Amino acid sequence: MLKVANAILSARDASLVIGGRTILDRVNLDIRPNEIVTVIGPNGAGKSTLVRCLLGLQPLTSGEIIRSKGLRVGYVPQRFPQTLNVPLDVRRLLSLTLKPAEDEIDAVLSETGIPHLKDASVSRLSGGELQRALLARALLRKPELLVLDEPVQAVDFMGEARMYELISKVRRSHGCGILMVSHDLHMVMAESDHVVCLNGHVCCEGGPATVQQDPEFAKLFGPSAARMIAAYTHNHDHDHDSHDHHHHDHDHPHRH
Amino acid sequence: MFEILSEPFFQRALLAGLAIASVAGPVGCFIVWRRMAYFGETLAHSGLFGVGLGLLLGFSLTLGAVTSGIAVALLLMLLKRQRVLATDTLLGILSHSFLALGIVTVGLVTGAAGDHMDLLFGDILTVTWADVAIVWAGGAAVLLILGLLWRDLIAMSVHEELAAAEGVKTRRVELGFVLLIALMTAISMKIVGLLLITALLVIPAAAARRLAGSPEAMALAAAGLACIAVVSGLLLSAFANAITGPAIVLSAGLLFVLTLLRPQAN
Repeated sequence: MLKVANAILSARDASLVIGGRTILDRVNLDIRPNEIVTVIGPNGAGKSTLVRCLLGLQPLTSGEIIRSKGLRVGYVPQRFPQTLNVPLDVRRLLSLTLKPAEDEIDAVLSETGIPHLKDASVSRLSGGELQRALLARALLRKPELLVLDEPVQAVDFMGEARMYELISKVRRSHGCGILMVSHDLHMVMAESDHVVCLNGHVCCEGGPATVQQDPEFAKLFGPSAARMIAAYTHNHDHDHDSHDHHHHDHDHPHRH
Repeated sequence: MFEILSEPFFQRALLAGLAIASVAGPVGCFIVWRRMAYFGETLAHSGLFGVGLGLLLGFSLTLGAVTSGIAVALLLMLLKRQRVLATDTLLGILSHSFLALGIVTVGLVTGAAGDHMDLLFGDILTVTWADVAIVWAGGAAVLLILGLLWRDLIAMSVHEELAAAEGVKTRRVELGFVLLIALMTAISMKIVGLLLITALLVIPAAAARRLAGSPEAMALAAAGLACIAVVSGLLLSAFANAITGPAIVLSAGLLFVLTLLRPQAN
């Protein structure tokens, strides 16, 4: 197979069979610099497994993962324990596998809107605060690719909109590619450049508008899903500011 | 009351017990952080089989316990890959099968009526200077390995896949950790016994969780609490004639209850 021009991470006919069960079936996927690729699909469609394969955490049965040389990846995993057994403050969470300078920590925490939580205990964070801390952690690696597995889980509805805003802001300011996984349809569509609809194999893919009209998409999510997305893309810039006490000011300047 | 401190047997017990406690505290923290209490117990139980083999074939009992601990840990890793039974079920099978196998093997040497109480509950009051030396050397080795793995192990305790994605060599670290627990089990066998080692690992660490705001503070607090438990257990045994191993574990349990009265730190 041909290597797609300037893709930073690709899956070529990636297949995974575990215990006789096909989890991934000849999946092809490309992520280019500064592009948001969203993988959607029902529960059990193999979305997180695909991410784990792309990150090299899970070997494939056949096919290959092509990574551009020395690619820096920032990863926010799907399941992060809300109650940690390890006593940890946010600063320490950010320096588990890196040794960032204090001003680097301050910069990413400001960028993700939680500069006041540097000394807070991780087990006391709300769902949204934890996701922001994990995003900050990923940004510390100066990623060329951000991998976000269900970035709005455990975040309430209004927090979701803010989280997606933050993600698109991060893409603009860092110029990184983003691979995002979601089972929730209505929010992801507006910002994505490319949507891959996964159910073991790739059912359909393309720009958000194309995917919504694909009969495969309607088959997987039901015809009402497409209408819901259309409604969201029209209304997604309504007032977001009356909620979530911790994040008053998102728009402070970056200190880079 | 304190003339017992001048008794050499008591001094040896104290030296061996404090060494075990100082190591059990930090190691126990990782058992608590990584939710591996049952895993630690399985390794401890399998130690008895190693001891039985050692008795039968005439090699060092410590070596026997370390080897069988590592063998069982590797067996568990293999079985886990089958993905047929849940890990806690596998541990239940391995733990009790190896305990039974151990009792049978030891029984072959000591006879059916043989006394396994020393191995299961420890006999700290009869340790020799050679035992003390083994405990100190083994304890130092455990702390050295733990120090080398510290950062990686903490990252893995927080989130194993995230650590792996960020370049931590998780399989290598895991093997080091298994070696460390097997070693820990072997050296504490004579002090608190194979049935009670998990208690000395888990209880002080669990008590320390409420007192600490960072991993290092928790490890130090756990070591401190374990030392207090050893000293008070020894005193309890000397003055109230309680069996020493269980007396140490009971003291640790009491300390844990006391920490519940204090509000959670951080």
